[in-house]
Amino acid sequence: MNFIEARKLVHEYIRRDEEGNVESIQTALDHVDIDVKPGEFVAVLGHNGSGKSTFAKHLNVLLVPTEGTLWVDGKDVTEEENLWDIRKNAGMVFQNPDNQIIASVVEEDVGFGPENIGIPTEEILKRVDKSLKSVGMLEYREHSPNKLSGGQKQRVAIAGVMAMEPKCIVLDEPTAMLDPNGRKEVLDAVERLNQEKGVTIILITHYMEEVVRADRVYVMDQGKVVMEGTPREVFSQVDTLKKYRLDVPQITLLAHELRQAGMAVPKGILTRQELVEALCQ
Amino acid sequence: MLRDITIGQYYPADSVIHKLDPRTKLFATLLFVISLFTFRNPVGLGLAAVFMASFIWLSKVPFGYMVKGLRAIVVILIITALFNLFLTPGEPLVKFWIFSISQEGFISAGKMAMRLIFLIIGTSVVTLTTTPNALTDGLEKALRPLNAIKIPVHEIAMMMSIALRFIPILVEETDKIMKAQIARGADFESGNLIKKAKNMVPLLVPLFISAFRRANDLALAMEARCYHGGSGRTKMKPLRYQKRDGIAYMIVIVYFGVMIAVGIWL
Repeated sequence: MNFIEARKLVHEYIRRDEEGNVESIQTALDHVDIDVKPGEFVAVLGHNGSGKSTFAKHLNVLLVPTEGTLWVDGKDVTEEENLWDIRKNAGMVFQNPDNQIIASVVEEDVGFGPENIGIPTEEILKRVDKSLKSVGMLEYREHSPNKLSGGQKQRVAIAGVMAMEPKCIVLDEPTAMLDPNGRKEVLDAVERLNQEKGVTIILITHYMEEVVRADRVYVMDQGKVVMEGTPREVFSQVDTLKKYRLDVPQITLLAHELRQAGMAVPKGILTRQELVEALCQ
Repeated sequence: MLRDITIGQYYPADSVIHKLDPRTKLFATLLFVISLFTFRNPVGLGLAAVFMASFIWLSKVPFGYMVKGLRAIVVILIITALFNLFLTPGEPLVKFWIFSISQEGFISAGKMAMRLIFLIIGTSVVTLTTTPNALTDGLEKALRPLNAIKIPVHEIAMMMSIALRFIPILVEETDKIMKAQIARGADFESGNLIKKAKNMVPLLVPLFISAFRRANDLALAMEARCYHGGSGRTKMKPLRYQKRDGIAYMIVIVYFGVMIAVGIWL
């Protein structure tokens, strides 16, 4: 069974004037179908305003669909009584690391989620230990988050979600405000969680390089899913991607240019290693 | 000046004072503050000084840290001292034009200044040795009886701890906006008070907008982590009184008693 199942999902932002009359309707999600299996690492790619963040907020019931259905872990998001269950099982990490850390000490922040869902004290301490370790931040547990780097803060935020022991983590552009080092740190941590703990990962991003690590990719544009497949399948269509104002990774682009220039390079090269091997044959 | 605010600046160290229950520290602070206003003579002042010096020493926080907190109140301190100095009636010591300084004024100015200094240093020991979260936890638990009269104690405590968390972030942001506006020719230095206040507008408007945006983001993040108010919440570090808290309570109460006695009989 799919962990996430979206069928003809529609979300409209309705802007009203002072009297409550509808001023304009903006369709952020337009009949979106997305499936994610348990344990999968899925990336949702899209340019600004493609609806990818709106979709992410649905997975945590921060927004409710206008039309269509969405099941998270087999539960319908429109049913009120499923709310806390879904939020517990689909944790969410946001873009700005500063605005999602609640406490002034790292370990207290990680403990915030478990406190909210009523986990006993002993168990909270164990979970805080475990989840800080899983993102490699254990030695910072007594530190103030203000003194950490962006990548470290974001890892603390991930640990905070992990401490609730969710089956799935939704990351909404977690690296948009980080430098290249921080980006790598965060993605490595996410990948490890996926591979070692089997946590389902949904990564919302507009950085193509990050998508290479995913099992499957959805490309969104203007509220619609326009492409779907493995990173290799998606990146082999360089021209289509350009149409959606998305840049392919440098290496893929280079391979594409070489192919167009008449060299025998296969489609969908993703890493430098692959290109080297293809060229040295 | 913004950087001088020591409120919410925790100084990590391993000391008895750090380990005390926040409720104990809050209670002790309350009694200490009251005691500062009971003495009328140097004996009381000396006692308060000795008491304060001993808990500063126990806290292992460098004295310089606490003095930093004083910088923020220098203006208030000077104004209070001046008012006391010039406006207390009595035998004039020095006289020039319409001003006169009396001996009583001199003494009361000194007393007032000492009180304020002790007040700030004494209370900053609490904030320096207690994490803001422990502090709000302590407040929440100590004020829990107020729940009965429908005061949302948990929510207030949560707001306080979030406010404390965001002070350094907003200070940093103020600094950034200030620099950005100065780079575009804004002037925060010159002019009289009214002009200066007017010049703050291009600083305050972006700061407020950003604060609202942060609040919105934070609310979303809290909801995403299943926050739904105080009911059904457990604590990672529940507050439990230890033996040392009992001892501390006793010491503080004895100190308070002595101070009252000194205030009455000496």
